[in-house]
Amino acid sequence: MPTLNINGKDTAVNADDSTPILWALRDTLGMTGTKFGCGAALCGACTVHLNGAAIRSCVTPIGAAVGQKITTIEAVAADRVGKAVQDAWVRHDVAQCGYCQSGQVMSATALLKTNSKPTDADIDAAMAGNICRCGTYVRIRAAIKDAAVALA
Amino acid sequence: MSFTSHTENLFNQLPKGLQDLMESARDATDNAAKPALQRRTFLKVVTASGFALGAFPLMGQAQTAASGAATASSLKPTQQPSAFVRIDPDGTVTVTINRLDFGQGVQTGLPMILAEELDADWSRVKSQHGNADAAYVDPAFGIHITGGSGAIKNSYTQYRELGARTRAMLMAAAAAQWGVDVSTLGTQQGVVIGPSGKRLGYGELAAAAMKLPVPESVVLKDPKQFQIIGKPTGRLDARAKSSGGQSYGIDVRLPGMLTAVVAHPPVFAGKVKSLDDVAAKAVKGVKAVLRVPLDRGGEGVAVVAEGYWAAKQGRDALKVEWDTATVEKVDSARQLTSYRALAQTTGAIKYNADVSKLATAPRKISAEFVFPYLAHAPMEPLNCTVQLSGQGAEARAELWLGTQMPGFDTLAASKVLEVAPKNVKMNVQMAGGGFGRRAIMSSEYVVEACGVAKAARAAGLTDAVRTLWSREDDIRGGYYRPMHLHRAEIGFDAAGQVLAWDHVIVGQSIMGGTAFEGMMVKGGVDDTMVEGMKEPYDIPMRLSVHHPKLNVPVLWWRSVGSTHTAYVMETLIDEIARASGQDPVAYRLRQFGSKHPRHTAALQIAVDKSGYGKRTLANGRAWGVAVHESFNTVVAYVVEASVKDNTPQLHSITAGVHCNLAINPTSIEAQVQGAALMGLSMCLPGAAITLKDGVVEQSNFGDFVVPRITDMPTVAVHIVPSADAPTGLGEPGLPPLAPAFANAIAKLTGKTPRELPFKLA
Repeated sequence: MPTLNINGKDTAVNADDSTPILWALRDTLGMTGTKFGCGAALCGACTVHLNGAAIRSCVTPIGAAVGQKITTIEAVAADRVGKAVQDAWVRHDVAQCGYCQSGQVMSATALLKTNSKPTDADIDAAMAGNICRCGTYVRIRAAIKDAAVALA
Repeated sequence: MSFTSHTENLFNQLPKGLQDLMESARDATDNAAKPALQRRTFLKVVTASGFALGAFPLMGQAQTAASGAATASSLKPTQQPSAFVRIDPDGTVTVTINRLDFGQGVQTGLPMILAEELDADWSRVKSQHGNADAAYVDPAFGIHITGGSGAIKNSYTQYRELGARTRAMLMAAAAAQWGVDVSTLGTQQGVVIGPSGKRLGYGELAAAAMKLPVPESVVLKDPKQFQIIGKPTGRLDARAKSSGGQSYGIDVRLPGMLTAVVAHPPVFAGKVKSLDDVAAKAVKGVKAVLRVPLDRGGEGVAVVAEGYWAAKQGRDALKVEWDTATVEKVDSARQLTSYRALAQTTGAIKYNADVSKLATAPRKISAEFVFPYLAHAPMEPLNCTVQLSGQGAEARAELWLGTQMPGFDTLAASKVLEVAPKNVKMNVQMAGGGFGRRAIMSSEYVVEACGVAKAARAAGLTDAVRTLWSREDDIRGGYYRPMHLHRAEIGFDAAGQVLAWDHVIVGQSIMGGTAFEGMMVKGGVDDTMVEGMKEPYDIPMRLSVHHPKLNVPVLWWRSVGSTHTAYVMETLIDEIARASGQDPVAYRLRQFGSKHPRHTAALQIAVDKSGYGKRTLANGRAWGVAVHESFNTVVAYVVEASVKDNTPQLHSITAGVHCNLAINPTSIEAQVQGAALMGLSMCLPGAAITLKDGVVEQSNFGDFVVPRITDMPTVAVHIVPSADAPTGLGEPGLPPLAPAFANAIAKLTGKTPRELPFKLA
């Protein structure tokens, strides 16, 4: 039974090493904030942080995450950048159906952690892996820029 | 969906069997409601911490509590405040919405309307989903439905009256407490204000107010007094949806719950010929492998396991030989050829103008348009969780799912599960998108999930079963926007006056073979395929249609018929304008004349705000324009586009929107931004579902292309001011985008793309 460090807590996970982080989170641990969208790293709905970097949890087996730090949407507000991103998301009323937004927030947070003043091109590059079928991209761009200002 | 011209008496046109079932549900509720309406014998509906105001309990609660004498009330279940408003002692107001919120924002918009007349403190308003109770039918249609951009349009007056009734009851309670006449009282932000400034909060009055009679008639505010309606307002779920806290159908967790993943036949309606499940059963966590009946007479194999991953691994390990010998295998290439041949002949007639002037018209356009199948691909994969209990007459079923038609789904579940409709409990969940895919007249994915749960129970698995689709299941699962082919022969004069327009459309009927066939298919013409044709242009048109029957399930896709008719109409109108040397905006405004003031206003505001015709564009860019009315709302787009290396690019969109009274401008802006992008999605290379020998060729977001942030232009949304009763906005922003883009491309290249997605030479 592998032990994962999830949101700062060592957690024993009753699943095989080959189980994707997504399903260990959702089905084994009951942490449903991280979403299933495609199962093939094509849509970004399942984005979490592995040692601060955005990864697709639907294709990353838990065996690859042992001894590393996983951060999920449930805890990202504990981080200054993550909190600023969520607040900007609310100010800009980004979400429509909201299903992809956990992943969007995680990708945006990872971007702002390494690039405090992203340009439109930087935002497009960092967010291109996250599909929003409702079409909230205009607001996502604005919210990321606003979060960057709030953090400056 | 497209019921806009049929808002009256739809119920009467439903098949008799369906009417009976709907009526039995209604009767049960009506009877239950009666004792509650008698003065001082109101049912007290105690919730976790608050009171449902007034007297109309939810159906399930009524069944356990109903007793005593009955007093008829003139109010319908849809008009009873207690089914819609709960006020907690702390003043929190929870409004129940009679629709599915899957992003379109009714979860905020409907409470705004109710809160306006209630004079609620908006900062204390919450909302929750209703269910398949009779109170939550669409008041215009009499059935449970989220579609046709009808939530705000059809429930505007309903929710205002609900708010006003609730307010009247609170005021009556305050008047009784203070011993004053109710006419001396006023309300403001969740407080009743009495003589000499006495105040009582709604939370303090709710318990007393709920015991008072529900007023049958109420006076509504003058819209000039509105404080909440019309104010840009953030979504009530914005925080939850930004922090992983919003629960969707897929997130439902029940004790011991199992997950099923179903192997579907490679061709629609195929069956299992042979099954080797040894390897699947050996996967850790797999509990059962079950053959299950599927939609359209098909058969699948469900792997039931502890969690999705085990179920998916189990499915991957199945060895299934499929029997597809007797089912039609549709092939897109062959389909195009046959559609093309059909379009040469006249079909069932929708419009029948004299087109004899075609022969002598000085100018002509002959055009063929092709539109592919499209998947909805909502971000939350389809899912439905079913818990079965009891036996025989006591058999019960409880379902959790995001659905646009909980009433239909209740009946479908009842039939599959052999459980009485009154014993089927629907828990409508927030849904991660839908765009029409969660309004299935055959209740296909609900029927499938119920079939799985039933088989699992027969196999001794008594816990709840969640049937969850993979993305591949979704992309290959059918219920697509139908493929269409249009053929147009147009004759016009040098001034751009259309002399004759002969038009044929070929495409599967969405409504044919469904419960709505009787009301929506007239004289062989499915209204949902021709909506958006001809109007608002005054042109002599002969329009006929062919509805071939094919083994590919089809469905409405956000804005339905207008997804293709707007493209055809607005690119052809533009072409006529340009061919006769006229500015496309000036040409349209002339056509609208005085008959279509909303079209004119929407186009004019988009033109003015975009700088069309005044601002010089950067080199290589061109303007494109389109206007379209769908679901009673008019949207005009003025776009700026370029073409580089044969790749069209959309840079900016300026929208003019006429939806009458704007309830929530923030939500309107968001809907138009999103619908515009979904309109753009139809243009992107790879945005097509194709079939080869009956098998869908696409499977996931890698080969069924949807827009990404890199495709998103800037969008400015401008709303035409109006005080008229509001019309909807979930869909109308979609249709005019692709033709506006195409018209800009035509200006740059001299050629209008006539196939979607764009295929430039």
